[in-house]
Amino acid sequence: MGSTLAGWLQALALVGALALCYRPLGDYIAKLLTTSKHLRVERGIYKLIGVDGDADQRWPVYLRSVVAFSAVSVLFLYGLIRLQNFLLLNLGVPQMPGHQAWNTAISFVANTNWQSYAGESAMGHLAQMAGLAVQNFVSAAVGIAVVAALIRGFTRNRTDRVGNFWVDLTRINLRLLLPISIVFALVLAASGVIQNFHGFTDVTTLSGEVQKIPGGPVASQEVIKLLGTNGGGFFNANSAHPFENPTGFSNLVEIFLILLIPFALPRTFGRMVGDNRQGYAIVAVMGLFWVASTALLTFAESQHGGAALQAAGAAMEGKEQRFGIAASSLFAASTTLTSTGAVNSFHDSFTPFGGGLTVFNMMLGEIAPGGVGSGLYGMLVLAVIAVFVAGLMVGRTPEYLGKKLGGREMKFASLYILTTPTIVLVGTGVAMALPGERAGMLNSGAHGFSEVLYAFTSAANNNGSAFGGITVNTDWYDTALGLAMIFGRLLPIVFVLALAGSLAQQQPVPATPGTLPTHKPLFVGLLSGVILIVVGLTYFPALALGPIAEGLSS
Amino acid sequence: MSKPLPTTIRTHFTALRALLVLTVILGVAYPLLVTGISQVAFNDKANGSFVKADGRPIGSSLIGQNYNLPKVNPDDPKEEPKPDPKFFQPRPSANNYAGDNSGASNLGPNSDDLLKAVNERRAAVAEFDGVDPAGVPADALTASGSGLDPYISTAYAKEQVNRVAKERGLPADTVAKLVDEYTEGRSLGFLGNEGVNVVLLNKAISEQK
Repeated sequence: MGSTLAGWLQALALVGALALCYRPLGDYIAKLLTTSKHLRVERGIYKLIGVDGDADQRWPVYLRSVVAFSAVSVLFLYGLIRLQNFLLLNLGVPQMPGHQAWNTAISFVANTNWQSYAGESAMGHLAQMAGLAVQNFVSAAVGIAVVAALIRGFTRNRTDRVGNFWVDLTRINLRLLLPISIVFALVLAASGVIQNFHGFTDVTTLSGEVQKIPGGPVASQEVIKLLGTNGGGFFNANSAHPFENPTGFSNLVEIFLILLIPFALPRTFGRMVGDNRQGYAIVAVMGLFWVASTALLTFAESQHGGAALQAAGAAMEGKEQRFGIAASSLFAASTTLTSTGAVNSFHDSFTPFGGGLTVFNMMLGEIAPGGVGSGLYGMLVLAVIAVFVAGLMVGRTPEYLGKKLGGREMKFASLYILTTPTIVLVGTGVAMALPGERAGMLNSGAHGFSEVLYAFTSAANNNGSAFGGITVNTDWYDTALGLAMIFGRLLPIVFVLALAGSLAQQQPVPATPGTLPTHKPLFVGLLSGVILIVVGLTYFPALALGPIAEGLSS
Repeated sequence: MSKPLPTTIRTHFTALRALLVLTVILGVAYPLLVTGISQVAFNDKANGSFVKADGRPIGSSLIGQNYNLPKVNPDDPKEEPKPDPKFFQPRPSANNYAGDNSGASNLGPNSDDLLKAVNERRAAVAEFDGVDPAGVPADALTASGSGLDPYISTAYAKEQVNRVAKERGLPADTVAKLVDEYTEGRSLGFLGNEGVNVVLLNKAISEQK
């Protein structure tokens, strides 16, 4: 079979598997977010942590719970990483410097998993599984909980209650993330991902050299790293490492896990608002961007632009032979269109346009389909803006799903849209203005600028992948990118929950012939256009200095 | 009765308790469960797919290795290692196949360093294998993402057959057959890319009489 045909079949198989899961998984998530029944183990947990599982919270209380949980998580993880050399299973790893531990703790709590350390030499097994992997679960659950609160804002009327964060957190972990993780951890282990508690094993090779073969509980962490759109690799090479991703089969399973929940959540949305067509419209926009980006990225990589790649005859630098161009491009598009940031090939060595697309994907705000929960709430905020724009055109007060979008709602939506670009562009600008920080670039010229732009785009959008050549384990980058991650995570959540509270208070208005239908192809087109214009106008100058300049000059 | 704590403080205690409970379930019980099942059901794979020769482990079938000649002066760190012509050679590696230091070169598509490395590798590989420089495949000229890629393309494996056969005094047919034997197609016929496993192929070659 030819490479091109195999590449197409691979993408088709992925789309087919996701389509099969759309309804059952979306409905299942809707049910667990709306049912009033608690499992016995959940009641036990509510008792242990001292909350009333039947009491809903106002949006400020819900927000306070999210922030408190994140703050405690950062402190706990920081402590665990800093003290790991005194704890079990640390494999003789030295103590991590303070600025790096702070950056790492924020990174995993913010669902970013930006890594300024190398997994195999800086993390023991205990810190990996009881620290980092736990945040992989709970930060994913926080994202889904926040979008659940936003959807409740649309479905509830004349109330100030948007749900109970502790109940959402517990249910999402226990009923959704944990069962899927157990099943797919075993699937990955069966295909060669390691799962043990060994340290390094020294072997003497056939030519007499000594090689260190690593050990670790990798399969259990690998699955949630992808399912929760986290992306932090057990090893430095992330999902390019053969022990994280050994075969073409495990590779497709991993891409499937990245996209599974984000693509099913629109169904949850449609189900909860009582009109599945609304879910189809949202998933259509997500799918449109994903298909276009995957196709363009694969095309760019197969043309191997760039002087060095032309000389090699194929864009195989930083790519694994067992994946090749198609499976690497598919992974790269999926990881940057979600907030995952796991990589099975290294984006820094991608072609100018291919690498530029990975940055552009993140700049879209990670909404196609985006991170777990965060992708859908980002898309719903853009839908609110699209409805507003349409309302301006015809001079009517815009309404979405029966809720009026007045000044208050539009303020929160606008603040949401402005937050990430501000962090990205200011951060990149400051870094480029400081000579010491400019020196962190590995490559020179436009490509070096792209490394810095990528770093801040990745941090502020909570992606976590990198143009890995840049040296970021410095006081300045650890601190600046840490701030970008935490503000890029929490500020949008503040605006989303405020929007949820404001929508829930309203009395719904009945639909009239003048109401814009938000389930038709027209709306799909409108929303797609708004996304492109918002992103395009915001980031075009920065993109022109980096990837576009490089692509046109080579 | 003491005064109840302010709400904000109480929320943080709730958060801490929730985090601890979830850490026990997701950070301890879950990985132990998966480890237990994997160790019983997929023992060999869960432990790293080790390959043995004469009863001792020589590596993992998933982790690529160097096949170099012994150094002339083992104490000279500057001496460049020379590839051993008796073995199939793997792809270039950004970390010299160090199992405790995975990673890529991260050199950009227009990087002068990468361009120079590619051109030098092309000349060196062509001379080593005695072939036309224009025919050397891309995987022989580029470093992988992990630096531990155990696979090479079939084209690169075929290019090396004559050299290995000659050095070992084996018929070229025998070596070519082994290459075919250790060529792995795409998973399920269409997932990923095909390649030749260098670790397993070299083990098989070195066991030939």
